[in-house]
Amino acid sequence: MLKLNKSDTLLFVIVAAMVLLAPFILNPFPQGSSLAQMFNAGYPDLMQRFVIFGILVIGFNILFGLTGYLSFGHAAFLGIGSYSAVWMFKLLSMNVIPALILSMIVAGIFSLAIGYVSLRRSGIYFSILTLAFAQMSYNLAYSVLGNPSSSYNLTNGETGLQVYSNDPQYFASSSAPDTPHLFGLAMSDSSKLDIGSWQFTFNNGYYMSGILMLVAFYISIRIFRSPFGMMLRAVKSNQQRMNYTGLNTKPYTLAAFVISGMYAGLAGGLLSSMDPLAGAERMHWTASGEIVIMAILGGVGTLIGPIVGAGFNEYFKNILSKINDGILHQWLSFLPDGLENFIVGILHYFVGKGWHLTLGLLFMMVIIFLPGGLVEGGQRLAKLFKRKKTEDGSDSNNTPAK
Amino acid sequence: MGILEVKNVGKRFGGLQALGDVNLSVAENSVHAIIGPNGAGKSTLLNCLVGKLIPDTGSVMFDGQSVLGRKPYEINQMGISRVFQTPEIFGDLSVLENMLIPCFAKRDGAFHLSAFKNMLADKEMVERAQHMLEEMNMAGKHAMNAAALSRGDKRRLEIGMCLSQEPRLLLLDEPTAGMARADTNNTIDLLKQISDERDITIAIIEHDMHVVFSLAERITVLAQGTPLVEDTPDNIKGHPKVREAYLGETQDAA
Repeated sequence: MLKLNKSDTLLFVIVAAMVLLAPFILNPFPQGSSLAQMFNAGYPDLMQRFVIFGILVIGFNILFGLTGYLSFGHAAFLGIGSYSAVWMFKLLSMNVIPALILSMIVAGIFSLAIGYVSLRRSGIYFSILTLAFAQMSYNLAYSVLGNPSSSYNLTNGETGLQVYSNDPQYFASSSAPDTPHLFGLAMSDSSKLDIGSWQFTFNNGYYMSGILMLVAFYISIRIFRSPFGMMLRAVKSNQQRMNYTGLNTKPYTLAAFVISGMYAGLAGGLLSSMDPLAGAERMHWTASGEIVIMAILGGVGTLIGPIVGAGFNEYFKNILSKINDGILHQWLSFLPDGLENFIVGILHYFVGKGWHLTLGLLFMMVIIFLPGGLVEGGQRLAKLFKRKKTEDGSDSNNTPAK
Repeated sequence: MGILEVKNVGKRFGGLQALGDVNLSVAENSVHAIIGPNGAGKSTLLNCLVGKLIPDTGSVMFDGQSVLGRKPYEINQMGISRVFQTPEIFGDLSVLENMLIPCFAKRDGAFHLSAFKNMLADKEMVERAQHMLEEMNMAGKHAMNAAALSRGDKRRLEIGMCLSQEPRLLLLDEPTAGMARADTNNTIDLLKQISDERDITIAIIEHDMHVVFSLAERITVLAQGTPLVEDTPDNIKGHPKVREAYLGETQDAA
C-alpha cells in the first residue's frame, strides 16, 4: 500500500490511527477527576504541540539520523518559519495555506545558505557553526531587526510579531474568521463529544497539523527507503569510501540539511497558525538543544523515534510542570506527617518549575540504559514478549508509537 | 603510451622529499606492481594518482587526460577505482547496500536526488549488485551488516564494489596486508581471475613478494622517492640494485 513495504505500511497505519484517535487515547480519565487534571493530554494546545514537534523532529532526524551531522541550530528554522507565517497573516489574510508555503520556502532558503557554509566542516565544528548561525538569527530577531521604531522592523523584537487590526491583509474576506483558518475553518475551533463522564475534544488545528505530520512522516519513510536515503546513511558510515566511489558528498548533505530545514519551517509555520504570535525565544539555543534531546530520546535514525521522542518530551514537560506541592501532599497523605513533609520537600525540586531536573534525569537514564532511545526500549519489550509466546511468527517491528 | 602516464612527479613534505622525480608508465590491461621498502614513497605516489595529494611538480595523465587538481570523486568517475590497505566499506550498511552504492554511482553520477524511489524496487540496480555479489561468492551474505564480515570477506566486498563500477584502472594499496596465508592466496586468485576475465588495468602496491611475483607482469621498484628499476618479475628477482635496497634496509631494521 502507498508503495511502502509491509512493515512500513503497518507502522504508518498505526501512527495514522494514533494521530486520528489521539483525542480518545490521550483522555483516558473521566472529566473532572483528579487523575484527568494531571494526566489527561487530550486538550488542543498539547495535542497540537505533539504533532508539530513531531514534524520538527522527523525533519531533524533526516539530517542527524541519516547523515550523522548534528545541527545544533535547528530552532533557527523553526523561528524563521514562524515569522514568515505571521507576515503572511499580516499581509495577505488569515488563511494558513500561504503562510505554511512561505514558511517552508523561507526556511528552505535560509537552510541553503547556512548549510552551504556550515557543511564545509563536519563533526563538532559543524555543530558549532550551526549553533553560531542560530544565535546570530536569534539576536537579529530579538534586537537588530526588531526595533519597532525603525523602518525595517521585521520581527517586532521582544514583544513578538503579531497581527494588528491596522495590518493591510490585502486578501482578507469579511466572512472569514479573524484567527488563522483553513478556508474559513478556524484553527482554534473545536467540537466536543461527551460520552458518560468523558469529554473528548476534536480541534481543527490539531487535525490539520496531524494530517500534515502524517504526510511528513510518509515522506520521511520514502526518503529512508530511497537511493538518496541510502547515500545519506553512507555519508554517516564512511565518507572516504563515498569519495572514492565517485560520489560527491556535499550536495547530499546539503540536500538533507535543506529538507530538514524546510520541515522545521513547516513546524514553525504551524506553531504560528495555531497561535499567530512569533517570538525570538523560539530560535534560542535552548530550543535547538531541545530538538536534539527529543531526537535522541526517541531513537536517532529510526522512523518512529522522532515522533515518540517529541511526544514523550512534550507530555512529561506538561504534566511535571503541573504538579505542585499541594498535589504532592495529597498523594503522600498516607505517610506520617514528618516523613511526608520531608519527601515533599525533596520532590519539590523535581516538579512544577523544577520539571527540567526530572526531564534531565529521564534523559540521562535513557542515554545510559537505552542508547538507542525509547524505540530500543520498545524493541526489547517486543523481544521479551516474543520469547514468552515462543512460536508466534508475527512482525516485531512495531514499536510503541505516540 | 600507457593508460596511466606519470611524468617527473615530485612531492615534498616540509624538509622531506617524499617523491623525487617519478616516471611511470602503466600499459593498458596489464598488472603493474610498485614495490619498495618502507618510506619509499609508494603511498604518496598512489595518493597523487587518486587526487588525495597534489604533486608539486610533474604531470599525471590517465587515458590522455590530466588528473591533477581533480577531486577524488571526479577521478573515480573517470574510471580509476581504489582499494585501500584496510578495507574501506560502509560498515553500518548491509552487504547488498554496500554493493548497490557503487552501482548507483556508476549509473547516476556524483549526485542524483531520487528521494522518492524505492531503492529495492530498482530491479536493474539490484540485479547488478546481486550479480556482483555472486561473482564475489558473497550472495548468501547480502543481508549481513558489512561490519560483521570477516577480514577476507571485507576485502572481497571492497574489490567487488570497485569492480561493479567497471573501472579501467584498479589501484590496490597493499591488498593483502595483515591477512592470513589462506586469505592472501584467495585474494591472489581473485585478482588473477579479474585480470584474466576483464578489460582492466591493475596497479598494485605491495610489500608481500609472494603476491607481487604471482601477479605482476611489470614491476617498478621505488626507493627513496625515485624509481630504481622497472622490469619483468624474472629480471627483478635477481637484480643487484633491488637486493641492495631491500636487504640493506631489512638488515638495518633487524
